[in-house]
Amino acid sequence: MTLPDPQFNTMGTLQHFIDLQGLDATILTQILDTAEGFTGVNDRKIRQVPLMRGKTVANLFFENSTRTRTAFELATKRLSADILNVDLVTSSTSKGESLLDTLNVLEALQCDMFIVRHSDSGAAHFIARHVSPEINIINGGDGQHSHPTQGMLDMFTIRRHKGDFSKLCVVIIGDIKHSRVARSDIAALVTLGAGEIRVVGPRTLMPADIESLGVVIYPTVESALKDADVIMGLRLQKERMKSATVPSAGEFYRTYGLSPERLKLAKPDALVMHPGPTNRGVEIAGSVADGKQSVILEQVTYGIAIRMAVMSIVMGNSQAMQSAIARNQDNTSIEVTS
Amino acid sequence: MNTSDTLVFSKPQVLQWINHMADKLEPLVQDDCPVALIGIRRGGVDICQHLYQELVKRGIRLDAPMGELNIAFYRDDFSSVGLHPIVGPSQVPFDIDKRHIILVDDVLGTGRTVRAAMNEIFDYGRPARITLAVLVQRVFHELPIRADVVGHELDVSSDEYIDLDTADMSIRIGVKS
Repeated sequence: MTLPDPQFNTMGTLQHFIDLQGLDATILTQILDTAEGFTGVNDRKIRQVPLMRGKTVANLFFENSTRTRTAFELATKRLSADILNVDLVTSSTSKGESLLDTLNVLEALQCDMFIVRHSDSGAAHFIARHVSPEINIINGGDGQHSHPTQGMLDMFTIRRHKGDFSKLCVVIIGDIKHSRVARSDIAALVTLGAGEIRVVGPRTLMPADIESLGVVIYPTVESALKDADVIMGLRLQKERMKSATVPSAGEFYRTYGLSPERLKLAKPDALVMHPGPTNRGVEIAGSVADGKQSVILEQVTYGIAIRMAVMSIVMGNSQAMQSAIARNQDNTSIEVTS
Repeated sequence: MNTSDTLVFSKPQVLQWINHMADKLEPLVQDDCPVALIGIRRGGVDICQHLYQELVKRGIRLDAPMGELNIAFYRDDFSSVGLHPIVGPSQVPFDIDKRHIILVDDVLGTGRTVRAAMNEIFDYGRPARITLAVLVQRVFHELPIRADVVGHELDVSSDEYIDLDTADMSIRIGVKS
């Protein structure tokens, strides 16, 4: 028996945001459209909307992160909610308290939403199954599994520049095997109907079953880049080099690095993207990362609007559900008393 | 829609109401303060476009393009119905500070939309003043908000709706389902 998708509540609306697998194009488009509405907030004198006033969001980062944590923090503040940054490295969990006990404490502190970043795949799923029904869980990255808000901000960046996904050739380069970003990007690109998704990287860093996700493996970066519309680099983690899955940083750049010469193989208006932090001279040349085709910093900026969209949609859905439950209870009690 | 219980005001009637709004606005906008029009999405934007054209036709100087507000992020019913569908970002292509804002909507009912719109305007800046201009004002209200300029007043009950059909610029009134 398969368990129901924990992302959806009993009304069938999105209660948690954990994984892009299982979300249809309507939901992804709703997130992109809502984020579009939030982009203007950045350009105003008062960069806040009152949507989540009085709510409390807890950033539960069990793994180090700067840009994702701060982007969620800014998004929360721009929605007028309170943010609680819980330092889990020095918290009770490191003193032996179980994860569920920590969650119970945060629930008792009346938090409404948890943003979870964890090094274990499936951590956000696990938490979503154990919290009270009125709490929202948003996955800020779990192990090698999923990074759904990064996937959505990448889609938002692509849509803003290119519009229709169906005509696009997207190339993802690097460590596909260990990348939660690649998995989320592929899931979103497939759902949104991208024309062609190519992946290229060392054989040691390519999952065996990757083609079943709807991508095509290319043998060389040069062949993959030919006529590409979008080029997505991935961060090569240093531990991959230590574990000998990659010979060296220099060797990786020579074979897979996005150099100015290789960039010329793609379409002249191809976008250069990277989830950051970039290793210059490893995955990408500094001149390409800073070049006119690069949208790497735009991705960071759009990350705020996307997170505002995701947070307001899931919280709005659960507010609507709780309100419907309360109305039903009122009606039931009226019937009983009348 | 069941047309049997629906009252319809056709486009010529609606355009006459807009002209009536322009008549009332003319003396209000001819002062030293720079004027700008902002329509509330969705219906208010269509009325605002007609009103803008009418004022320009009458030789009134409007030195700013029309603005559009999406008030979905300012509504007061988020905790009961969740997020409303997004109809694109607000567009305010001018500085709000020290400007006379003509805020335009199609129907003024409860007053909650106008409250949300004014809250949003103040997040853009501090206007010199705001004039509220609506095509139709209902008699029924929930907040102490009334329009300065009204195209037409309609006394319909709270269980009836008034909709602007932007496709043919007609007004429809019927019983809420």
